[in-house]
Amino acid sequence: MLSVEGLGSAYGRIEALHGVDVAVNEGEIVSLVGGNGAGKTTLLRAISGVQPVTRGKVLFEGADITRLGPHRRVECGIAQVPEGRQIFGSLTIEDNLRLGAYRRNRGATTAFLEHVYESFPVLRERRQSLAAGLSGGQQQMLAIGRALMSDPKLLLLDEPSMGLAPILVDKIFEAITRLRDAGTTVFLVEQNAFAALNIADRGYVIETGDITLSGPAGDLMRDERVREAYLGV
Amino acid sequence: MAEFLQFAFSGLTVGAVYALVALGFTIIYNASDVVNFAQGEFVMIGGMATVFLTALGVPIPLAVVLAILGAVVVGLLLHRLAIEPARGASSVTLIIITIGASIFLRGLAQVVFDKQFHTLQPFSGDTPIVVGGASILPQSFWVMGGAVVIVVLLWAFFNHTLIGKAVLATSANRLAAKLVGINTGMIMSLAFALSAAIGAVAGVLVTPITLTSYEVGTLLALKGFAAAMLGGMGHPLGAVVGGLVVGLLEAFGAGYLSSDYKDAIAFVVILITLFVLPTGLFGRASVERV
Repeated sequence: MLSVEGLGSAYGRIEALHGVDVAVNEGEIVSLVGGNGAGKTTLLRAISGVQPVTRGKVLFEGADITRLGPHRRVECGIAQVPEGRQIFGSLTIEDNLRLGAYRRNRGATTAFLEHVYESFPVLRERRQSLAAGLSGGQQQMLAIGRALMSDPKLLLLDEPSMGLAPILVDKIFEAITRLRDAGTTVFLVEQNAFAALNIADRGYVIETGDITLSGPAGDLMRDERVREAYLGV
Repeated sequence: MAEFLQFAFSGLTVGAVYALVALGFTIIYNASDVVNFAQGEFVMIGGMATVFLTALGVPIPLAVVLAILGAVVVGLLLHRLAIEPARGASSVTLIIITIGASIFLRGLAQVVFDKQFHTLQPFSGDTPIVVGGASILPQSFWVMGGAVVIVVLLWAFFNHTLIGKAVLATSANRLAAKLVGINTGMIMSLAFALSAAIGAVAGVLVTPITLTSYEVGTLLALKGFAAAMLGGMGHPLGAVVGGLVVGLLEAFGAGYLSSDYKDAIAFVVILITLFVLPTGLFGRASVERV
């Protein structure tokens, strides 16, 4: 479904991605794990079109989308839950969600809204309050709900567990598994390697802008190098 | 009392114009973080273009529409040719660009129009209406009424349309706005077009009272900027209140102190705001939970 080929990206003269290859097949959860500054966020932003690409290609459902603007990629069916949630704090929760469906047919918005409220009932209770007043975990639910409002084929998640209490982390990962079971393809980027690989079908390890390991998630979790570097065993 | 009312009405009239200029600042600032000092030139274009089109024999309503469209085109070109290529530049650079653009537009206006002062026929005659001993020009009601209509329309646009909310979303978080599929470049163009149209309407409405010339934009931009600062930069309600306050202070200052100080009042307002209340009346320190 998604195929990233030899992708390079740079901040000024400093190259953050040195030709990365990643593939995500329909119906999978694929996790990309790696430390701080390894290039995880850069890769996701390049896939969404909000980070300039210096070389390589991004293919989505066979079409080359490397040069498409970010709003066109949302139209194609790629939605991202960005790092740090990035909700619209000065708008209400419901407005945040409705804006998630900005590229979609207005008629379908209400049905999707209902669907998101069913998945995250706390958002319905507070739908007319400002999003800035939500707790960290609720903001993460809102960010995921907002991305789902565009009815994505591929959901990109950037560090959904960051800054959350362990019990909330479990909840978020459960929600991600449910999404996959409901037919959404998920590409997950995490520092929390154990949790991310635990729910994934396949995984990649990225280190300073290069993919160093890849394979079925179970194999990666048993791999000595991964265990030592990321799982703390 | 009659004197007080007289000053109050003239303050509210000119304040309504400052409020519209300040709203123009606010809209562009919110969408793009640019403080557009060419905002006053939109007012000038609105007034001058209407004057010259009517002189060519175009009926007034059509001339007004064309003048507003002309200002919108100038606003879009300003964004496209001056702001867009400098994307990512510091705010000081962007401010200097807009000041440069305003000087350029003023120069162009001297060539396209002329260097004379011009006026328009008041829309509903010039027989003053007497209220409590103060006499008010009918055109004042046009200015204040026009400002009210624009404020209400803007409020509805930002609160009840998805595209209006997309403008707010872009100002709240540009990255997230792009990620939900908002074409932020288009939103910025829209902000420049909207601000230009509001400025041009203000120019058309106020020309019968204050006259217009190629250089009226300079002072209007500075006073509108003072109003926007006083209200809290980026805050629409603040822009309106700030505009009215600056207008009233100016009218009372000119009436009770000396009309020599009229134009100094806006600058005093900027200074006091920066010293005492840097975030403005309605600006608030942003609080964010993590």
